[in-house]
Amino acid sequence: MSALLEVEGLTAGYGAAPVLHDVSLTVQPGEIVAVLGANGAGKSTLLRALSGLLPIQKGRISLEDRDLTKIKVEHLVRHGIAHVPEGRGVVTELTVEENLRLGGLWRKPQPSLEPIYELFPRLAERRTNEGHQLSGGERQMLAIGRALAAQPRLLLLDEPSLGLAPKVTAQIMALLRDLRDRTGLAVLLVEQNVRSALSVADQGIVLSLGRIVTRHDAATLVDDAELRHAYLGF
Amino acid sequence: MDRFLFLTFDGLSRGAVYAAFALALVLIWRAARIVNFAQGAMAVATAYVAYSVADATGSYWIGFLVAVVAGLLLGAGVERVVMRFVDHSSPLNGVVVALGLVLIIQGVLGMIYGNEFRPAAAPFSRDAFEIGGVALLSRYDLFVFGAVGAVVVLLTLLFTRTPTGLRMRAAAFAPDVSRLLGVPVGGMLTLGWALAAAVGSLAGMLVIPTELGLHPTAMDIVFISAFTAAVLGGLDSPIGAVLGGLIVGLLLSYISGYLGATVAPMAVLALLVVVLLSRPDGLFARSKARTA
Ligand SMILES: Nc1ncnc2c1ncn2[C@@H]1O[C@H](COP(=O)(O)OP(=O)(O)O)[C@@H](O)[C@H]1O
Ligand SMILES: [Mg+2]
Repeated sequence: MSALLEVEGLTAGYGAAPVLHDVSLTVQPGEIVAVLGANGAGKSTLLRALSGLLPIQKGRISLEDRDLTKIKVEHLVRHGIAHVPEGRGVVTELTVEENLRLGGLWRKPQPSLEPIYELFPRLAERRTNEGHQLSGGERQMLAIGRALAAQPRLLLLDEPSLGLAPKVTAQIMALLRDLRDRTGLAVLLVEQNVRSALSVADQGIVLSLGRIVTRHDAATLVDDAELRHAYLGF
Repeated sequence: MDRFLFLTFDGLSRGAVYAAFALALVLIWRAARIVNFAQGAMAVATAYVAYSVADATGSYWIGFLVAVVAGLLLGAGVERVVMRFVDHSSPLNGVVVALGLVLIIQGVLGMIYGNEFRPAAAPFSRDAFEIGGVALLSRYDLFVFGAVGAVVVLLTLLFTRTPTGLRMRAAAFAPDVSRLLGVPVGGMLTLGWALAAAVGSLAGMLVIPTELGLHPTAMDIVFISAFTAAVLGGLDSPIGAVLGGLIVGLLLSYISGYLGATVAPMAVLALLVVVLLSRPDGLFARSKARTA
């Protein structure tokens, strides 16, 4: 079986000097891959290069053998990829309901939002509130809910735990695990919060200065004290 | 008292046109963060085309329709061919390009149609009929109110009730996020320009018969009034634009009625300066200052 996402030798950056160097990784259907690393390691850059927000300089990105670099950003959702950018990307001027509708807008007929509201009852209560009225946790739920409204196969999730209480972070991680198990959703999960990410991930990849310095099963990364000290600093 | 009432209705009728024209400016501001200083010239260009068609076909209404369609096309064209390639890192660039467009459009219109005023017929009588013994409103005024009201209602429905309206708003507020959600952001921008220019053309068709007629610069004063209205309304707010338009219309009507018509253009400029200095976010601002 071919991988869902396959990245080979990816080099990308903002100017002439690349930020990412020769990054290769694969994500299988129904797999959660955590991308870990310090602030500035290039995690967000990786996701932006994958979704085409940032042009790539070298390398290959394929989605089930289709060349992803040839697909326009705005067609990405049609190919089953949803990217929740860092800082959540809630459209603060729109209501909760409008943000969610936006997620499923490309589908015909447009999907019901009820499953999303069942997943996040809090969003149902805040349906008519505008994005700027939401708390950090609510915004994160909204951004994830909106991505799920597009019914993706692959979720690119950039630091969902940023600024959230540990309890909320744990809820979100539990949700990811549940979605993977129930629907076969694959997730490329960018996190600085190593413990949370590895609590749900199947694989862990550590980025440092734009290069992959190690990759292992999540369980191995957690259990192996030497690896943990060397790459994750705990 | 009768005079005051008359001036009030006259002001509301003018104000409705300013409201529509201000709405066009707000549409582009919201979509592209550009004040389209070429809006007036674009509207005049489509009005010339409309009256040529009306002359050729003998039907004002075919001409009117042509004005709106030509506005759509011209707006889309200006965005696709010109504005898309303007470097928006400095807000001045868009302004300079728009002013350049004004010169080009007015020059071309002058070459084709000449630089004298041409009569522009109104589709309805502009003679006021009496209400309660006072001559207040003409059929033409009613047409203006109806047309502007229809524009406001249709735009409101478009933006609040349709998927395309939601896409347009999202694309304007958060282009990158919208793209990731599958919104064709470039297309929404083109559509925004097209709609705005069509509304501008419609406003031009409404106002030109009430002024001196067709002339390449026929919309210059109207532009300033409508721009003042849009700024008054906060530049970001459709409702603000409509209210601003009505306020400017009323003020101008009272000023030309009581102080003389020659004072009115000065009064608009003075109002614009006062608003920019004292309430740059508009009368109805509730949040942060806008940024270009
Ligand atoms: N828009 C940008 N323009 C130029 N450089 C950037 C930009 N965004 C990030 N960088 C640089 O790229 C590197 C990686 O950043 P980023 O991918 O955001 O890291 P992370 O998400 O791992 O914290 C950093 O050195 C950062 O300074
Ligand atoms: Mg980041």
